[in-house]
Amino acid sequence: MNTAIAHWSQANQERAQRILDSYPEKRSAVMPLLYVASLEHDYASLDAMREVAALVDVTPAQIQSVTSFYTMFKRKTVGTYLVSVCTSISCYLQGADEVLEIVERATGANHGETSADGRFSVEHVECIGACGGAPAVAVNYELIEGLTPAKAQQLIEWLNDTQPEVVLTDEMQQLFGGQRSFDWGPTESEGAIAPVPAFGPYGSAGGDT
Amino acid sequence: MTDLILTSRMVEHPSDSHTIDRYRETGGYTALVKALREMTAEEIVGEVKASNMRGRGGAGFPTGVKWGFLAPADPRYLVVNGDESEPGTFKDRQILERDPHQLVEGIVISSYALGVRHAFVYVRGEYPKPARRVQRAIEEAYDAGYLGKKILGTDFSLDVTVHLGGGAYICGEETALLNSLEGRRGEPRLKPPFPAIEGLYAKPTIVNNVESISNIPWIINNSGASYAAIGPERSAGTRMFSLSGHIKAPGNYEIVMGMSWRDLIYDIGGGVRDGHELKTWIPGGASAPWFVPDQHLDTPVTIDDVARNGSMLGSGAVVVMDETTNVVAAAHRIVRFFAHESCGQCTPCREGTRWLEDVLARILDGRGRRGDIDLLLDICDNISPGLLWPPAMTTICPLGPSAVSPITSITRWFMPELEAMIVESEVAVG
Ligand SMILES: Cc1cc2nc3c(=O)[nH]c(=O)nc-3n(C[C@H](O)[C@H](O)[C@H](O)COP(=O)(O)O)c2cc1C
Ligand code: SF4
Ligand code: FES
Repeated sequence: MNTAIAHWSQANQERAQRILDSYPEKRSAVMPLLYVASLEHDYASLDAMREVAALVDVTPAQIQSVTSFYTMFKRKTVGTYLVSVCTSISCYLQGADEVLEIVERATGANHGETSADGRFSVEHVECIGACGGAPAVAVNYELIEGLTPAKAQQLIEWLNDTQPEVVLTDEMQQLFGGQRSFDWGPTESEGAIAPVPAFGPYGSAGGDT
Repeated sequence: MTDLILTSRMVEHPSDSHTIDRYRETGGYTALVKALREMTAEEIVGEVKASNMRGRGGAGFPTGVKWGFLAPADPRYLVVNGDESEPGTFKDRQILERDPHQLVEGIVISSYALGVRHAFVYVRGEYPKPARRVQRAIEEAYDAGYLGKKILGTDFSLDVTVHLGGGAYICGEETALLNSLEGRRGEPRLKPPFPAIEGLYAKPTIVNNVESISNIPWIINNSGASYAAIGPERSAGTRMFSLSGHIKAPGNYEIVMGMSWRDLIYDIGGGVRDGHELKTWIPGGASAPWFVPDQHLDTPVTIDDVARNGSMLGSGAVVVMDETTNVVAAAHRIVRFFAHESCGQCTPCREGTRWLEDVLARILDGRGRRGDIDLLLDICDNISPGLLWPPAMTTICPLGPSAVSPITSITRWFMPELEAMIVESEVAVG
């Protein structure tokens, strides 16, 4: 394996190789590798970008230009829980601005900020595909639909009190959610271990699979 | 005749519609067996052409016709567009989560028909659960011999890779998506060349929406002609609509096109919230010009009727607003979205969307100026000259012109409300 990532965990080094192998051209692996590197470095740091550049044989500047294009690659430290509040049209119509206000107050972090204790980062985001269950919020990209301001407050308190290692969409939906976009079907117990979308091949999913 | 094509399994078997066992028990992968064992690639493309199915990603281009454009060079690629980010749209998410095998079977059949040996599913980064479900379905399909080498003992081999996006609406545009999949910034490319000629890695590539590809197994099992027989002639088949906003029964509904908007909003969606009245609705996602009750309730829900009335069915997202809605604030929300998502390559889009957002913000803030409506329309005219429908373009992709839709909607249908806000602020300023 590439010496640039010799300090990565063995599992993540193997994942990186499998990701590279799953594309006809290795540059295609940039985005998945940025997610894996964000797990290793807590965010898409300069080191993370240099390592990805070495893995796919492009310059670090080229990686930086990709990283800065997308909102989900974070270029500074993120809290343990990234709380994303949708304030796009359908959620706006159902009171998303009040939900955002409550989340900002309860976490002590405004849009784009991280709370002093490093526990929460907050952002308002554009439509996250949950408009039928508006207003919608995601924690580490795991979704909750049909929130109210009061439930949003409870969600933040619960995260503070229980500090779950794995953030589970079904669990949060059952505790704090309401109206859903559609019937979700059976409960899933795989979720996010970090503010990176929880996806097996990227090593970002935890819980029972 | 089946009324539901895409959602029957999840409706009848809510607890396990996403598993390979349930999929096979309910007729799953029989279309694949039929396609690989009994049909040539040309015959499959012929059935898809005969189905008259039009793409469900927004542009409504006939899928079979697009497939016919695929250049013969090798290798060729199929890319399934699961970027679904148009505000109001959440239908692909339901398909990905609740019936991923239907999509996987569609991918294998389509790849066989198109001579593809490596297909990709591009899922927006904010959809980890849908991505997990599809990934699991793909792994189950490999184990069952529906993917990988020598599928069902034939000479046909296929690999599928799920790729997560990074949070950028513009990556739903097919050429931006291909750049993103190549590990680049998700900036749209100039067309031509179209992806069918030069797409992923400059090789011939078909990009199709999740819902489009999910229809393929049914078409192969039942024939293109039976698909074409469902619904109005130029809006064939069933289609997923996402209903949201001030509607009693929000959700996704798979319907046959051709009913009126009144039927869709009142019968299917249950009408607006109790004690309220319908003010306006967006018929096809944030990019679409709005409809109003006294003009459009009896307009049929078909691609062509909606286009004739100056809007589009787009991604099938219907956003309903009742009389409590401040339409200027709603327009601002939508314009803000486009300003945020502009990739920045084209000056009219990058600068224009920002200006529109700023001017609407100051009107909402009580700081509107007398010339602001003319200014808004002038900026719109610079983004999309003549304010025509379908929009004229000064930009590489249609995102810029999409930001014009909410502005022309409020100046067309709600001018007194907009003027009143500006007059009020002038009084307030003194
Ligand atoms: C700004 C923009 C965003 C788009 N977003 C999506 C999307 O999220 N999903 C999608 O399938 N098509 C989207 N499209 C349409 C695609 O460019 C393309 O037409 C479509 O994926 C083709 O699939 P279809 O023929 O099956 O509809 C978008 C287009 C534009 C201009
Ligand atoms: S119209 Fe806007 S989003 Fe589309 S290419 Fe130009 S700048 Fe980018
Ligand atoms: S508008 Fe909030 S999820 Fe779509």
